[in-house]
Amino acid sequence: MILKKVLVPVAALILFGIFWELLVWANGWPNYKMASPSDLWPAFWKFRWLFLEYGWDTLWRTVVGLLLSVFFGVFLGMVMGLSRTMRDALYPLLVGFNAIPKATVVPIIALLFVGQHDMNTILIAFLISFFPIAVSVSIGLSTLEPEYRDILASLGASKFTIFWKIALPKTLPEFFGALKVAVTLAFIGTNLMEIVEPHGRGLGHLFDSGKISADYPLMFAVLIALALMGIVLYYIVVALEQVFAGWAERPQT
Amino acid sequence: MIQSLISIKSVRHAYKTASGPLPVLDGLDIDVPEGGFVAVVGPSGCGKSTLTRLLAGLMKPDEGEVWLHGERVTGPKSTVGMAFQNPVLLEWRTILQNVMLPLEIVSTKMSRREQEERARHLLALVGLEGFEGKRPSELSGGMRQRASLCRAIVHKPEVLILDEPFGALDAFTREDLWQTMHRVKSEEPFTGVLITHDLRESIFLADQVVVLSGRPARTQYVMDVHLGAERDIEDLYTPDSAEALRVLRHQIRVAQGRAEDTEQEAAE
Ligand SMILES: Nc1ncnc2c1ncn2[C@@H]1O[C@H](COP(=O)(O)OP(=O)(O)OP(=O)(O)O)[C@@H](O)[C@H]1O
Ligand SMILES: [Mg+2]
Repeated sequence: MILKKVLVPVAALILFGIFWELLVWANGWPNYKMASPSDLWPAFWKFRWLFLEYGWDTLWRTVVGLLLSVFFGVFLGMVMGLSRTMRDALYPLLVGFNAIPKATVVPIIALLFVGQHDMNTILIAFLISFFPIAVSVSIGLSTLEPEYRDILASLGASKFTIFWKIALPKTLPEFFGALKVAVTLAFIGTNLMEIVEPHGRGLGHLFDSGKISADYPLMFAVLIALALMGIVLYYIVVALEQVFAGWAERPQT
Repeated sequence: MIQSLISIKSVRHAYKTASGPLPVLDGLDIDVPEGGFVAVVGPSGCGKSTLTRLLAGLMKPDEGEVWLHGERVTGPKSTVGMAFQNPVLLEWRTILQNVMLPLEIVSTKMSRREQEERARHLLALVGLEGFEGKRPSELSGGMRQRASLCRAIVHKPEVLILDEPFGALDAFTREDLWQTMHRVKSEEPFTGVLITHDLRESIFLADQVVVLSGRPARTQYVMDVHLGAERDIEDLYTPDSAEALRVLRHQIRVAQGRAEDTEQEAAE
């Protein structure tokens, strides 16, 4: 069962690699047009220590930015979900903010706090990813059916008890749905900043160095490293979802 | 005078809506003695659910008074149990944990062990033995409603308020649950108010049926049910029951403002 769950995607990955290699070989593309998988390994190996070091930078920045968005997004979602007035007041503001392309915010932040690489990167990862969390939590809380509230309210339970025992767990599936989107967004944010900032470290910076020195296999290798990291982060969230909101999955028939 | 356990005195209530106040209850009087079971019937949207919310202390009436056990109701009380048409079981809890939910809110003298024993006992009483560890999504609609009933009485409430609990069930399941209700009542006596739109259900379960008028609702008609404590579905098909049902059906038509139809039928 588990073997199947792991084997199928791994086989798909290998097939994809073979297909890619064949495609490049058949078309005779030079590696500045499209590097092939066999070019990537040497690039990885040559810069293996940088990959580890910068990969770690990218990883922890993304995770910290994501944690910030979880705290802030849940807080904002609670405020908007529990108070009608706050929702009416904050929603347009939030939508407007989210509509600003984050690529335009990146240089502004980079200039605002010059040289604060870690902070800038975390800030962008956070700014780009809290929106879906805030929206999903607020919708989850505000659409709680009144009967759910009443089964505890009729016993004299406090608002906090109702929130803790019913509203919060009931919102968890929506929260995790949003967190899966937020992970990917935070990752994009981190890399946007790393690419833009000079001397900013991180995989984004390594990508930029590859570009400057016209090392195409290196650029492709960075992309693959980012993809792998994205997959790992995503599945960590999926695992957490299984633990905390696994009940939301319908029994399979 | 015998003191009523539940006493609703000239209650008036209006909802504030965008297009002005919407009067829902207009001079409602209902009295239920201790151990009594009253069924409330009335046209759809006349204010029956509003009545249950006032009884449970979830809302305050604009005018009039609601009394439970000699105390004026000003807010929710832990001596009340409620069940709705929607069983509202929490999906992340097992059936047993769902039934035990009120015990986490209401302080009882029971130890944790006794609480669990009580919950298991109630589940067995309504025929859900063996389903304690299942999730609500693994149960049928009728089974969920049984579990919801256990949750409503697990903390031994003095007053049980049921708002169309069997409304969404098919006829056979519903009749099964009526029998279950009688079994539960004989083992766990309570004073109850049952909202229903099924007249057969009202005379099968209650000792008194109150007909509400159309919105805004007032007490239009009160009928005492003369069936014994031991009831069988067959009792619904006696001439007495047929007559009682006929009178109630007529009263509902009056409440709906369609009284002429019945008179015409009678003339034909
Ligand atoms: N919170 C509310 N705000 C405004 N109007 C409401 C509210 N709740 C109910 N109403 C209105 O009050 C009236 C009575 O509602 P209620 O739910 O008490 O009726 P009901 O007798 O239980 O109906 P049903 O038989 O369909 O369950 C309805 O017309 C409904 O639209
Ligand atoms: Mg109703």
